[in-house]
Amino acid sequence: MIIELGHHALVLAFLVALLQGTVPLVGAARRDRALMELGRSAALVQLLALAGAFAALTHAYVTSDFSVLNVAENSHSMKPMLYKVSGVWGNHEGSMLLWVLVLAAFGLAVALRGHGLPAVLKARVLAIQGLLGAGFLGFILLTSNPFVRLDPVPADGRDLNPLLQDPGLAFHPPMLYLGYVGFSVAFSFSVAALIEGRVDPAWARWVRPWTLAAWSALTAGIALGSWWAYYELGWGGWWYWDPVENASFMPWLAGTALLHSAIVVEKRDALKSWTILLAIVAFGFSLMGTFLVRSGVLTSVHAFAVDPDRGLYILVLLAVTIGGALALFAFRAPAMAPGSLFRPISREGGLVANNLLLATATATVCVGTLYPLFLDAATGEKVSVGPPFFHSTFVPVMLPLVLLAGIGPLLAWKRADLEGVFTRLRVAALVAGAVALLTWLLQHGHHPGPVIGLALAAWLAASTLIEWTGRVGLFRRRGTAARIIGLPRSAHGMTLAHLGLAVFICGAVGDSFWRREVVVDATPGAVAELAGYRVVLEDIRSGSGPNYEAEVVRLRVERDGETIGELRPERRFYPVQGTRTTEAAIRSRPLGDLYAAVGEGRTPQHRTLRLWHAPLVPWIWAGALMMVTGGLVSLSDRRLRVGAPRRTVGPVTQPAGGD
Amino acid sequence: MTRVVFLLPLVLFAVVAGYFAVPLLTGRDPGELPSALIDRPVPDMALPPLFEGAPGLGSDDLRGGVTLVNFFASWCVPCRAEHPVLTRLAQSETLHGISYKDDPARTREWLAELGDPFERIGTDTSGRAAIEWGVYGVPETYIIDRDGRIRYRHAGPVTRTVLEDEILPLLRHLREAES
Repeated sequence: MIIELGHHALVLAFLVALLQGTVPLVGAARRDRALMELGRSAALVQLLALAGAFAALTHAYVTSDFSVLNVAENSHSMKPMLYKVSGVWGNHEGSMLLWVLVLAAFGLAVALRGHGLPAVLKARVLAIQGLLGAGFLGFILLTSNPFVRLDPVPADGRDLNPLLQDPGLAFHPPMLYLGYVGFSVAFSFSVAALIEGRVDPAWARWVRPWTLAAWSALTAGIALGSWWAYYELGWGGWWYWDPVENASFMPWLAGTALLHSAIVVEKRDALKSWTILLAIVAFGFSLMGTFLVRSGVLTSVHAFAVDPDRGLYILVLLAVTIGGALALFAFRAPAMAPGSLFRPISREGGLVANNLLLATATATVCVGTLYPLFLDAATGEKVSVGPPFFHSTFVPVMLPLVLLAGIGPLLAWKRADLEGVFTRLRVAALVAGAVALLTWLLQHGHHPGPVIGLALAAWLAASTLIEWTGRVGLFRRRGTAARIIGLPRSAHGMTLAHLGLAVFICGAVGDSFWRREVVVDATPGAVAELAGYRVVLEDIRSGSGPNYEAEVVRLRVERDGETIGELRPERRFYPVQGTRTTEAAIRSRPLGDLYAAVGEGRTPQHRTLRLWHAPLVPWIWAGALMMVTGGLVSLSDRRLRVGAPRRTVGPVTQPAGGD
Repeated sequence: MTRVVFLLPLVLFAVVAGYFAVPLLTGRDPGELPSALIDRPVPDMALPPLFEGAPGLGSDDLRGGVTLVNFFASWCVPCRAEHPVLTRLAQSETLHGISYKDDPARTREWLAELGDPFERIGTDTSGRAAIEWGVYGVPETYIIDRDGRIRYRHAGPVTRTVLEDEILPLLRHLREAES
């Protein structure tokens, strides 16, 4: 009964989304207030209906109702409650439902918070959100209905893939979707602006907070995913340049560019067409991420819903939304009023350079990800593009970007005094030089990679701190505390996010160049030595969890003859799915991780023991966390919270120009 | 000139979308799992029977006529989903079953509940035969020609679409080649 109600709620949401997508558009064209107002109530009804549908599916999972095909295929009565709930979005149908739920929530947020917006613009934004919702709801109803019943009812379910039964992964998809779908707001605002043929600073004041929110969520989502890969897959890596990882990384890069160019639109009323294009591209990559995972066009560990019919529908959806938006861009953008002018050496100029580099980086990742696909389509040849490609193309683009990130914030708007900036950055250059020299002397073997990487990180951190201390007047004047409080939160946010980037770089460098690894075929009593640690295999025990059997290997970790801790890597067997997983054990310290994983050995008594010492790895996630926090601090800026000041012009604004 | 620049993103997008469309429209399934054993003789095996007194399943049983072999298990939900399709198929074709990594008592209960469409059933409790066949996961269905060569493999449940678009046409084709 509840399931059927959920299904009906989904159909209702689809119909309401269609209304929301059409009526306000007509209203906006005719300047009819009543029709435009419909968008608000439609957004509310759509969200309520979807929340109902989502609750119905969650109920089926929580109560283990195996008469629902989706539950039977992805859940099991013995599964812990957390994974019963996360199982709702741990599969294709449920994750699409979560996607539209988040989309509707963003739509309602625009409807409720948009009182400062011109009515016409708001009506159009809500309509575009409605059309997007209708497109995805149609997809769910036609090809991926989570409410299909199963008859006869099986005694128990097939269980969720054990790899996905993990707290990191329970929250990875929702965060990622918050990010992906968050870019839909910037997209809707851009399309609305294109329809209107004008962009005003109020527009940028609205787009930036939404982009910030989406970007922060996406950063958190990607970081959670990479953390999961690091400790759950048991391969010890944190980023594999896998097509699906790249699919989430491309919208992140485009979104980062958007975040920065939106500042220029807001502050200086320039770069408008470019910012609109970036918003379309960022959301386009988000949709492409969805498409790549689900169409089976690229195969990967993540592809949990391979079905060509679904792929075709999403491709058509992609063509209509992104193709349509880009066509609108091609026709309307050239006629838009150009923005104010600026010198190349200025804050604007720095942000343009930032955007060019980020766009190049996005294109690089895109080419590397799609090239195998193109080659396959053109010649039938199958290749895979691996990390070496990305290391030799992506990293070189990032180096000048990091260099620039240190200088950019110190540049003045319109026209900057480069000489003055360099004088202020002398200390940062000295710090970077010292770090480079120390790294060169201290590391084993003179590899240039860590020297360049750590020097750049030091440069970025030092110059970011110089900029911040300059603004709050640390060491120079009284009243520093008051200045810290008085400084816009967005300035603190930027400082934190840029420092986060520096910290992240240290982690990536440490892990890429200084990782040590030993593999031993061991029986109890065996000893392995690695990076100053002595690891003794104590014993192998068996244990069990709620829905798995486990084999626990106890390792004693010693340093300088003293026992400093214990590691317990496991191998688990999930009987329902008949799958084995490896649970790595990690001893995490600020300066590095000691990582242990076990595998099948030569004989039944032996176990293959893999030990890694990965210096600075925790810095990767600490850096990501700082970036997310920076985004959130910036989002809490008063200017963004209050939104655009109320316009004095009435709801009927005159479109400027057009064809 | 400026207009051309503004058209550029659209053109680029169209090219990328075109490339995406190719594999989808040509109907090539990228998730397709090619079997290394296609056109090779079935692996040697002699599996014990599921029901006492009934015959088991050996490689020799797969020669002399077109047959189908289905790997299944009572613990597998998609097997339950494909069962009605297999039952229909078994009315006109010779279908053998191999119960994969399953407790024979449970398999018997399962078949008692859903009906037994299989001509012969072999039990592969250790899963060794499945390894030799290159089974990726249950259910999987194979078509064997009269010479005992594997001609087709389908991984996952046999749906009506798979049955009508792939299995039945191939069986017809094999029959025609025979006569």
